[in-house]
Amino acid sequence: MLRFILRRLLETIPVLLIIASATFFMLRLVPGGPFTAEKAVSKEILRNLQAHYGLDKPLPVQYAAYLWDITPKRFAPWHLFADADRNESPDFDLKAAFGINLGPSFKYPNRTVNEIIADKLPHSLELGLWALAVALALGIPLGVLAAMRKNTAVDYTASTLAMVGICVPTFVMGPLLVLFFALHLRWFNASGWYFASDRVLPAATLGLVYAAYVARLTRGGMLEVLNQDYIRTARAKGAGETRIVLRHALRGGLLPVVTFLGPAIAGIISGSFVIETIFQIPGLGREFVTSAFNRDYTLVSGTVLLYAGLIVALNLAVDVVQVWLDPRLKFE
Amino acid sequence: MNAAEPPAPPAAERPHSPGRDAWLRLRRNRLAVVSGVFVIVLAAICIVAPPFLGHGYADQNLSLGATPPSGTHWFGTDELGRDLFARLLYGGRISLMVGFIASLVALVIGVSYGAVAGYAGGKLDAFLMRVVDILYALPFTIFVILMMVFLKQPMDQLDAWLRQFSFLKNLQGIGKIVGLFAAIGAVEWLTMARIVRGQVLSLKKMEYIEAARTLGFGHARIIFKHIVPNLLGPVIVFTTLTIPAVMMLESFLSFLGLGVDAPLSSWGTLIKDGADKMENFPWLLVFPGSVFASTLLALNLLGDGLRDALDVRAARD
Repeated sequence: MLRFILRRLLETIPVLLIIASATFFMLRLVPGGPFTAEKAVSKEILRNLQAHYGLDKPLPVQYAAYLWDITPKRFAPWHLFADADRNESPDFDLKAAFGINLGPSFKYPNRTVNEIIADKLPHSLELGLWALAVALALGIPLGVLAAMRKNTAVDYTASTLAMVGICVPTFVMGPLLVLFFALHLRWFNASGWYFASDRVLPAATLGLVYAAYVARLTRGGMLEVLNQDYIRTARAKGAGETRIVLRHALRGGLLPVVTFLGPAIAGIISGSFVIETIFQIPGLGREFVTSAFNRDYTLVSGTVLLYAGLIVALNLAVDVVQVWLDPRLKFE
Repeated sequence: MNAAEPPAPPAAERPHSPGRDAWLRLRRNRLAVVSGVFVIVLAAICIVAPPFLGHGYADQNLSLGATPPSGTHWFGTDELGRDLFARLLYGGRISLMVGFIASLVALVIGVSYGAVAGYAGGKLDAFLMRVVDILYALPFTIFVILMMVFLKQPMDQLDAWLRQFSFLKNLQGIGKIVGLFAAIGAVEWLTMARIVRGQVLSLKKMEYIEAARTLGFGHARIIFKHIVPNLLGPVIVFTTLTIPAVMMLESFLSFLGLGVDAPLSSWGTLIKDGADKMENFPWLLVFPGSVFASTLLALNLLGDGLRDALDVRAARD
């Protein structure tokens, strides 16, 4: 177990290195730096700006410095959730936790990328967790129900709903939900991120697509499991249908869902770009898109790196859960 | 699933080719047939109909403003008085074109890559597939966004260059679309490469390949004449399923402002415009949204039907 996790962690090093290098060179090879878009600044100011951010040094020097800055130098993840400034949100201080320094932002004077991430990430995480909760809470029961009532009206309705859910993009679903629940019924605010009720529509919009996938996968997984011998044994000894499903079938039936969680997490992250734009949520997704437009090099590469690290870490967690659910896998 | 249909009369005992079998199976899947017809009709309307509408996609009528659907403007007009139906059809041209061509790009890259990896085997295969694994770990929407930003300048230059030629006037804005092909095609080929490689690995061991090798055929000839044609099933199925994924990605980018520029519009940009104005003019969101969603639905159902008809296991999700 420990060896498996260690090996997987070692494998992530080249992946993250490639991502870091790719973003670094991609952004620097684009014609036009972060300061050229604005109204023409004089040569001296431009030179000063570039010197300030170290952009005047040769590319290999910049690259080496960048690689050193993003290398983790300590391991204290508990600092991520500490709340040093007591503003009731975790700090996500990457420097305190891992010694990672993502550098100063090019567009927000006097702010570091670490600070911006600490500021914005909690909102995105919250949105993502709610969306995931919606996806699982809706998708699993729907899928189980469809599998138990295979080829009946219940099954067809659930499957059709799921197919439609997959085909309605979030940027159509979101505005439609706003139109109906916020503007027509006036149950929620159309946008904003202040009250608990502001979480409902964004989480529903983002979660519904994945609820549809989860329902389809649960149905498929359950159907496969319900045909197995051990289920027949359970039936033969007289266990009730509910007990069979909850105690015996669900564990195996959920395997495809767990496998899907990896891609789903990546999808929820990129989905958050759109959701945060629609609902005006001050999250990292919106910040990332803006920073890509603005050529805020350090903010872009810092965010990409953070997302990649997050995805890699969560995929590892998914793999571990998968083996826990299905001991046959035994870490390959 | 399929309604019971009377078995085909055994009148002509013609031997069925696998393709014909698949075609018969597909025809029995009513949902897939309806979806296929829907996509073809929609594409035909988008390609043929616009010149006969009497409204161009950029024709403004400021005194008219935004009007709800009516006899002259079937889907209403936007606040510049532009006919939404015309804009939807022109947008459909772009969305469908991006969907098909970017899928083709992904298809060409994925098939060649996967075929080479699977056929070569050994170290080269391990290396090529490792690259795919690494790329898989990347959040690829993020990379498409980066590429669109990265490609902005070259694309603008291409547009500026095209504008010199008056006979290419209709092609303006094409730079951005080419960028979209490249960016989306560059990330969508990975799954295709995996599927093709798996198929090639199993095909390679077949006797007819052994025979071809004994006859002294070159590698290229064996790959492209003997192996690739046998990949047709999974490739067709997966390409069909890639098209809606690509269209989704394109509209996602357009929604974020990274897609095609005004006055051109794709379904994604129309949805974006509609979402901004839905409070007062809900039809601007409802029509593009439902046309887009039903197209995706039809393409997915068609893909599922093809998968069942061609009996492809590899492309199953």
